[in-house]
Parts: sequence; C-alpha cells; structure tokens
Amino acid sequence: MNAAATKSQESGTLTVEDLKVYFGGAKRFFSKDAATVHAVDGVSFSVPAGQTFGVVGESGSGKTTTALAIMRLVPITAGKVILGGTAISDLKKEELRSARRRFQIIFQDPYSSLDPRKRAGDIVREPLDLMQIGKLAERDAMVAELFAQVGLRPEQRALFPHQFSGGQRQRIGLARALSTRPELIVCDEPVSALDVAIQAQILNLMAKLQRDLGLTYLFISHDLGVVQHICDQVAVMYLGQIVEQADRVSLFTNPRHPYTKSLLAAVPTVHGNKRDRRTRLRLKGDPPSPINLPPGCRFASRCPMAEARCRQASPPLEDRGDGHKVSCFLV
Amino acid sequence: MAEDPLLSVKDIVVDFKTRYGNARVLDHVTLDVNSGEILGIVGESGCGKSMTALSIMGLVPNPPGKVTSGSIKIDGMELVGMDVDRLRQIRGKDIGMIFQEPMTSLNPVFTVGEQIAESVRLHENARPKAAMDRAVEMLAAVEIPEAETRAKAYPHQLSGGMRQRVMIAMALACRPKVLIADEPTTALDATVQAQIFDLLQDLQEETGTAIILITHDMGAIAELADTVAVMYAGRVVEKGTVDAVLSAPQHPYTKGLITCVPHLEPDPPVERHELMEIPGVVPALTELGKGCAFAPRCGEAIEKCSGEKPRLLATGDAHVTACWVAQQERAQ
Amino acid sequence: MAESAATEGVMDQEPLELKITHPLSEMATMFFRNYAAVAGLVLLILIILFTFLGPYIHTTDPFEMVWSPFTPPGEEGFLLGTDYLGRDILAAMMAGGQVSMAIGLAAAVISVVIGVTVGAFAGYYGGVIEEALMRFTEFFQVLPTLLFSMVIVALFGASLLTVTLAIGVVSWTAVARVTRSEFLRIRELEYVAAARSGSARDGYLIFRVILPNALPPIIVQANLMVGSAILFEAALSFLGLSDPNVMSWGQVIGSNRPYILDAGFAVAIPGFAIFLTVLAISLIGDGLNDALNPKLRQR
Repeated sequence: MNAAATKSQESGTLTVEDLKVYFGGAKRFFSKDAATVHAVDGVSFSVPAGQTFGVVGESGSGKTTTALAIMRLVPITAGKVILGGTAISDLKKEELRSARRRFQIIFQDPYSSLDPRKRAGDIVREPLDLMQIGKLAERDAMVAELFAQVGLRPEQRALFPHQFSGGQRQRIGLARALSTRPELIVCDEPVSALDVAIQAQILNLMAKLQRDLGLTYLFISHDLGVVQHICDQVAVMYLGQIVEQADRVSLFTNPRHPYTKSLLAAVPTVHGNKRDRRTRLRLKGDPPSPINLPPGCRFASRCPMAEARCRQASPPLEDRGDGHKVSCFLV
Repeated sequence: MAEDPLLSVKDIVVDFKTRYGNARVLDHVTLDVNSGEILGIVGESGCGKSMTALSIMGLVPNPPGKVTSGSIKIDGMELVGMDVDRLRQIRGKDIGMIFQEPMTSLNPVFTVGEQIAESVRLHENARPKAAMDRAVEMLAAVEIPEAETRAKAYPHQLSGGMRQRVMIAMALACRPKVLIADEPTTALDATVQAQIFDLLQDLQEETGTAIILITHDMGAIAELADTVAVMYAGRVVEKGTVDAVLSAPQHPYTKGLITCVPHLEPDPPVERHELMEIPGVVPALTELGKGCAFAPRCGEAIEKCSGEKPRLLATGDAHVTACWVAQQERAQ
Repeated sequence: MAESAATEGVMDQEPLELKITHPLSEMATMFFRNYAAVAGLVLLILIILFTFLGPYIHTTDPFEMVWSPFTPPGEEGFLLGTDYLGRDILAAMMAGGQVSMAIGLAAAVISVVIGVTVGAFAGYYGGVIEEALMRFTEFFQVLPTLLFSMVIVALFGASLLTVTLAIGVVSWTAVARVTRSEFLRIRELEYVAAARSGSARDGYLIFRVILPNALPPIIVQANLMVGSAILFEAALSFLGLSDPNVMSWGQVIGSNRPYILDAGFAVAIPGFAIFLTVLAISLIGDGLNDALNPKLRQR
C-alpha cells in the first residue's frame, strides 16, 4: 500500500479514478434543457511513468473526451485525475495554468491544430512565453533546439504552417508539446490523418523521444495496429466505459471481451485474404447513441453472445489475473 | 488475353497547370478491369489514385486539368473525347462512384429514397412510382433494415455507415458495369468498415459488377481485391494479382508501403521493433526529374534510376513492376 | 470532395523558400503587389488631398450664396455648378468631404469596437453570457435604426459628435453577429485548445488567437460600415437632424433632393464622391485582408 502510494507520487505517473464527463443537461436562458450525453462514464486506469497507455475505441466511445478531460480542456463532471501526486482535476484557474506545463497534448489534425496566422517558430515558442519558461533571450535558442529535436531544420521557424507537409506539421505540434518539458503527453490520434509512409516516421520519432526524455504517453487511437505497436498497456472503450484492459501482449493474443474480439476481427491486414475474411466474427449495426443508454451492459444490443442478465445489470471491470481486466459476465 | 477487359484504361496522361509549372498528375496509366473483378489502387495522397477515378468518370477538373492523351474504353466504347451529354448518361448508368465522405455527397434537403429514385429516373426514364420502388429495393439490397421507412429519412438522420450504404445503393441503382469506390470506408469505424466490405463483396458476387477500390490500406487490398495497382507520383509502379504482389512485392515503394505500417499481429512479439520508414515525402509533381520518381527516397536506387524512367515489365507471373533494380534481378 | 482531394496533391507541393523578413515589411510588400489595393489607396489619398488641401486653393465659403441657383457645372466659372441656394458645390464638396469622411470612419470604428466586443464575448464564452449578449444585440437590431438615431439626436442635440455616436450605436449589430459566428467556429478548432493547454488566459485566446483568424469577414463588414455611415449621415441631414452648421456630402444630397429633376448634378456629384470614397476604402480593406493572411502572402 505504502509502496503503491509513493509510486503514484512519482512524477509522470498518471492515475484516473472514476472519471465522468457528461455533456448537455445544463439549463439555458429561454431554452429547455437538452438531453445528457454520457460521454465518459466511470473510467479508471493508471499509467506508470515513462510508459505508453493506449485507449482504443470507435467513434462515440468517449476516448477523445477522456483525453480532453485529462487535459482539463472539457469540464470534468466527477472523478479524479492525478499526475505525479497532483490532483489536476481539482486545480483552480491559476494553479491549473501553472500546472499545465507538466502535461501537453498533440492533436489528430495537423491542419487545424496549428494557428494559420502564426509562424512555426512562434507556435512552438508560445507556451514558453505564456508560462515564462527560460529567460527571454534564451527562448529563441530553445525553440531552435526543439525544432532540431523533432527533425525539422531550425531555419524553418520562420515559415507558416501551410508551407509544411502534414508530417512536418505534426512534428511542429510535437515540438510545441515538448517545449514545456512535460511529464505527460496526451496523443489524440496523432498519426491517423497522415499518409502511411509518414505515420512510421512520426511513430518512430515519438518512441525515440519517449526513450530520451522519459515521457509518459496517453495514446488515443482507433487504429489497432498502431496501438499494438506503440503501447505498453491498452484499454478498449465502448460507449464511455472501459470494457477490457490489459498489457499489450495479453490483450492482443488473448482478447476476452466479445467487443474486443469483434474489433480485432474487423481490421483487415496484409496477412489476410479474401476467403478467410468471410469466416470472421461480424458485428451488426452501429453503436447506440450515448444519450439514451440501455440498462445493463452497453454492448448487449450488438453482442453475439448476450443473455438476459446482460440487459439487466452492468458487468463490473474485473481483474481476471495478470492485470487483464474484462467487464463481461460471460467470459 | 482472350477476351477484352470490361474497362480498359490505356496510357492515360493528365496534366495540370499550376503556378509552378505543368504537373503530370497521371503519366501513362494503364489498367484493365474484368467483369466480376475487384481492382485495388493503392498509394499515398497525391499519387494519382483519385485522379485515375476522376478521369474514368470524365470528371477531371478543367481547368486546370486536362486529359492530354490516352484512351479509356468501357465495353469497347471510347470515353475520352466523348461529348458531355453522352458522358453524363454513361456516368451513373454504366459507371457508378462512391466517395469517401457520404455526408457531403448526399443532398441534405431530399430524403435518401428520393435521391436514389432521382438517379433511376434520369438514367432509365422510369416512372416516379417505379423509380421509388427500385430505390426501396436497393436500400434493402444494401442491407438497410426497414428499407421502406428508411427511404423516407433525410441523410442527417442516418449514421455514417448507413449513409455509405445509401451511397452504394445509389451508385448501384442503375446496375452499372463498373463501380468506383474512392476510399469508401476511410471515414467509418472498423466494425462498420467490415460490414461495408462484406456488402461490396456480396453485391459484386451477385451482380458481377467490376469494382475499382481506391485505398491507402494494404490490408483492405489483401482482403478484398483480386488485382492491385500500386501508384506513385502519377505512375503505376507495380501491378499484378493480389497474391503475387503482396507475397512477393518487387518495387521498393510497395515493399515500403507494406512494411512501414504497423500491422495488427494476432500474436505480437514482446520485444518491439522500430518501424521501417520511407524517408522523405512524395515529390512535387512539377519537379520530377527524368529518372524514377521514387529514386530519391529509395534505399536500393542505382545510377540508372535517376537517369531514365523504368517501364512496367514482367517480374513474375501476372506481375509487372516499373523498377530497374527488380528488372535486373529478374533478368539474372 | 473528391476533386479537392485529388487536386490537393498537386497544389500542396509548393517549394519551401527560406527567407526571414520582418512581418510588417512582408505585409507591405504583399499590399503593394495588389494593384487594386494600391489604386484604392491612391484614390483615397487624392480624396483626402482634395477635401483637406482644396479649401486653401479654392477659398470660397461653402455657405455663401455666390451666384444664381442651379448653375450647371463648368458654367460661369463654377467647376461643379451651384446648388438650390446658389452656393458653390465645389466648395461644399471640399468642406463636406472632411465631415463625411470623419463621420464615416468614426462611426465605423465605434460600431466595430462595440460589435467585436459583444460578438467576441458572446461567441467565446457561450452559455448564459452569449444568450444575454445576443438578446441585447437583437434588441438593437429590431429597433428601426433611422428612428432610433433620430431619437438620440433629438434628445442630445444635433452636433457632429451626437450624430457620429448615434450612427455607431445603431449599426454595430451586424458586426456583432459576424464576429460571434466566427468565434463560435474558431473556438472549436484544435489550435485554440492547444493554446489553452499552453496555459493561455481568456484574454490572450480572444484577442491573440481567435480574433486574428476571425478578421476577414469583420474587415468586410467594417468597410461596408464606412459607406453606410456616410449615407446614414446623409439621411439624417436630409431630415434636418444633422448639425446644420457644418457642410457634409449628405447635406448636399439632402438639401438638393427636392430639385433632383431640375438639377440632377447637385445630387449626383456628392453621390459620386461617396461612391468613390466607399470604393477606395473597400479596395484598401480587401488588400489589407489579403496582406494579413499568411496563406495568400506567399503567392
């Protein structure tokens, strides 16, 4: 217990406890209150310092909202987010501002994540100026160094975002995130918008930066191949909840939850072929909307194995040994 | 080849005028698709795969683009240089197309049933009632539950997967001979993508429609296509049956595309490897030299590669490659 | 959709040039490369010279009756003719131009300042603040603008200052709506979230991140505002609600309007002057807009 407590104090360790993010439902002037969307509904996990924790799921699973809530970019409805002993979910305005240097984010879209009216160098420099990091005279050199670190030429600081290719723009985003020397970088689908040949360059760069700087990554993605490649631990989300969580090898070699299984079966791979594909498990329909959630297991409506009890009570996320957690009555 | 292919694209060249000079967007692209076959076209963005589709549809934006030379024949009928009205008839009737983002390809103010019926009426002179019946029938064929009710829905009332099914229904409503699917599942989730792929394969097996599948995903090629063409900088660099190309890729670019992607392994190794990279970026089409466009990024390039463009030559059974190195190895 | 995706590969590949220049000098270069903008600037300078230096050369008092009414332009030595009281129109154009341009610019500045502030806060904060501010905006929008400005002028007296304020106060709503909708769009973009996680405060996000990106439609609105303010002043002076002791283009139009069939030139000349001024300002506005946009700057 004591050892665990000190461990969670270690800088770079991220712990999320029963995180909930609900949208809507707030009353407005002259308008009726809207339905509540349960975007993230009771998510808990912890990431040891220097490791990569992957969150996979389809659209509407709440994976991006989880990322934004941890970044304190959307309001947290309930729950705790603790980074290296600091409960960032509890921080108030100015405390939060100064704590922000410890956790940074990179986004999916390399086009909308950079201000088109600022030069690349100024974009990377912005957090340094805002947080008063380093002496004024040194900041330019710091930016030049960050450019070199992410594989850009320091002269390119003077260019505007539209003059870079997608991969280069993602490098700028990475340099901006690194500028504050953070412990944690939240990566929201960082390579999904890039061409396949460029994805490898960015993934290798991210792995190298993690080795060199001891960064903790929270890696959000829908691409199971990428997650399998880069993550140490993986959580699978469905409609705002984690349905399965395990270390990388255990999750992919021995998936237990029917959703995880069908997700893995849905991904086409170069090893596959036309004939085998037809024999695999198929999910029917789309995920239900997170507004009117059915009682019981949220996956029950699409689950090929669902029984009556699945529609009555929610299965808890339980450890089935070796830290492989599953929330399903049937496995 | 015994019989003529259903769709035959021969030496098509498309040029674009840009501020930086002429860009040869398609450079002597030659492709054949037989009826009942799925041809996959794969490559990075800007390699010319979407432009190939647009040139078959006769939709190359002009200006700035222009089909400079070449021939596109469907069932022996020449499409290049055909007058606009004829071409409009053929589009939709003989060639259907589905796009990446179904939301922007559907008209938000008409119901999906009306939109499918409209396309049937235009191309087959059907009566409104008959056209609507066909629309409902098509929606059922693409496995939309309660097709009759859903025909009365507006696009925004449907999920992304449903909308893509509607697009497919619309494209297939006039029973085209060729269906071009341009990244049809990029905007969709994996489980929905799998459903759409199943659907395309089922429909193709039932109707014998030839499909051109444009994608950047080698996995989709492996699991759906019969033949594959790999494109780079406006040229086809490797072409052949899927089995041949994926099991023994000859062009370094194809090899790179296969190895640089982290593929989902059923049994991942505990130790992780660094991904193979293709260094650099796709070159500007206005700045291509006289050699192989891939040479500057190629680890295997020899002197000849930067001097002369390689042509597509056989490097195996049902397998052609435009690479000097691969051709030399083959010759030895 | 497919077309843009297909052409993207071609258009995207611009050769990177590496030269570091001062942003202002780069903007100036861009502006002066735009012939239309330069033409607008030259035109505006000519109008300013005409109105502000003209009176030193052509010293006739614009209020003095110097000849018989409705002398057509060019006759009897009156370059632009005389009005219904026999006053020199050329002198009136010079003196009136100063007032019209001052009112136009000042009223546009007032409406942009109010409009951008209201729109920015409404769009940025959303929720109750947005509801309250937008209801407030709608309140001003549904008021008949001319009537409302008449009330203001009638209450506080007809002077240049009250007229300018009245015009500014009734015309900011369009700017507010445009600003709000741009803010609503831009605040959701990821670079705003990125700046926030770089610990930017609200003020920084509003004025340094979102506003610069929201400028293009606001500049267009502001351009229109200059022209409409000049015309608005004309309407007020036509109704006799502008300062009667100062000459303005609007006043020339307003006072000669009853005689438009007999002496159209007396109305057409100031009308043409307003047209030229508005044209000049919108050409400059367009040029500025392009010069401020780094994407266009490289072309």
